[in-house]
Amino acid sequence: MSELKVEERSIVVPGEILADGMEYLPTKGTYRDGNYIRASRLGLVSVDGKVLKLIPLTGKYFPKRGDVIIGKVIDIMLAGWRIDFNSAYSAMISLKDATTEFIERGADLTRYFNLGDYVIGKITNVTSQNLVDVTTKGPGFRKLVGGRVIEVESSKVPRIVGKQGSMISMIQTLTGCQILVGQNGWVWLQGEPRHEIIAIRTIKKVEQESHLSGLTDAVKAFIDEELKKVQ
Amino acid sequence: MSYQKRVDGRKFDELRPIQAKAGVIERADGSAYFKIGDTVAYAAVYGPRELYPKFLQDPARGILRCNYNMMPFSGSGDRVRPGPNRRAKEISLVTEKSLTAATDLSQFPNSVVDVFIELPQTDAGSRCAGICAASIALADAGITMKDLVAAVSVGRVDDKLVVDLNYAEEAYEDGTVADIPIAMLPSSGEITLLQMDGTLTKEQLLEAFELVKKACLEINEVQRKALKEKYTLERNDTHE
Repeated sequence: MSELKVEERSIVVPGEILADGMEYLPTKGTYRDGNYIRASRLGLVSVDGKVLKLIPLTGKYFPKRGDVIIGKVIDIMLAGWRIDFNSAYSAMISLKDATTEFIERGADLTRYFNLGDYVIGKITNVTSQNLVDVTTKGPGFRKLVGGRVIEVESSKVPRIVGKQGSMISMIQTLTGCQILVGQNGWVWLQGEPRHEIIAIRTIKKVEQESHLSGLTDAVKAFIDEELKKVQ
Repeated sequence: MSYQKRVDGRKFDELRPIQAKAGVIERADGSAYFKIGDTVAYAAVYGPRELYPKFLQDPARGILRCNYNMMPFSGSGDRVRPGPNRRAKEISLVTEKSLTAATDLSQFPNSVVDVFIELPQTDAGSRCAGICAASIALADAGITMKDLVAAVSVGRVDDKLVVDLNYAEEAYEDGTVADIPIAMLPSSGEITLLQMDGTLTKEQLLEAFELVKKACLEINEVQRKALKEKYTLERNDTHE
């Protein structure tokens, strides 16, 4: 008889027994050890019928094709730019994926992206060796001028964005800041400096309270309160 | 004459009091504090991150790099010259091997996970304390691993087998002493570190393994609690 040994949504650590018996299926973040299913990393247990999964609570961002990310230019090479994006690896923007403009042979690449610039782009490819290709060609993708970049836990990004972007668009309207969230956990924001600070505090609050329900209302109240203070 | 009572009054199979805490170093990707008796270890984990120089990279998996360091005035004796010495290098190496057995870095080819272990105060059993701290820190960094590695020394003082020797016992002069640091994966009982200093019989060694197994389960419990405390606390804090 198979039996679940932990409650759903409880926090488990590597090596901990999640279930006993062959009926349960180990997937992401878990492994089978004889009759037992054990956790192979730190995370939250998620049970879907007989399928066991761990939702990671910590760890580096893992690049995935199609993700929109914010990155920082760390090197300029012959055929493109190298980008740091808060993961274990750096990414590459090749010349042909950088801009719709024609770049002449031997052109000065710093005219497009210079060292230290932040860019927003999309991951087009991730190889087995985790070589990452990014494109900045497309609507909304560009160099980020001005503003500031903060870092949040990449596992909390969906909560910060909210359903159909509800959370982030609310923060934008209330603080008047322009905010861009990368799946990699880097957030760029620009607005009036005092309001930028409020937006940062709000995002940090969402990150910390990501597990609570009814967060949207609490966040709205929080921003209103903060706004009153600076006026 | 035989060893009747332990210097600090513990039972022969009793561990020194243990304290553990996860997430003590803000800027590290994962970190931990582990105190057993008067031995204190901090571990900080950085990575996975890109590994340079390039020839060190392994295209099949990420590698683990450990650094064990005893601080200059950490021992009870003279000041230790800071920096890597022959002993520290050896311990870094065995720590690395014992942790590699538990971690799975196949998802991170060509990368490295750096583990830094610092010991501000030592009273024997420092490599074991270091391994215990490091495995909490690795889990805190979100590294994939089979199990948390628990480590403790076991040994012989005169005619008795004892668990978790302190310095006074290691330096016991009225009889033979053997000191065996052991690291194991508590869930399977696999041994990932085994060293020995001193002499003892085969029977004693087998008996020592049994003692260590029980002690490692106890340590594992503390390690798990430390990790859960950190993450549960983060969640409760925000309820107010």
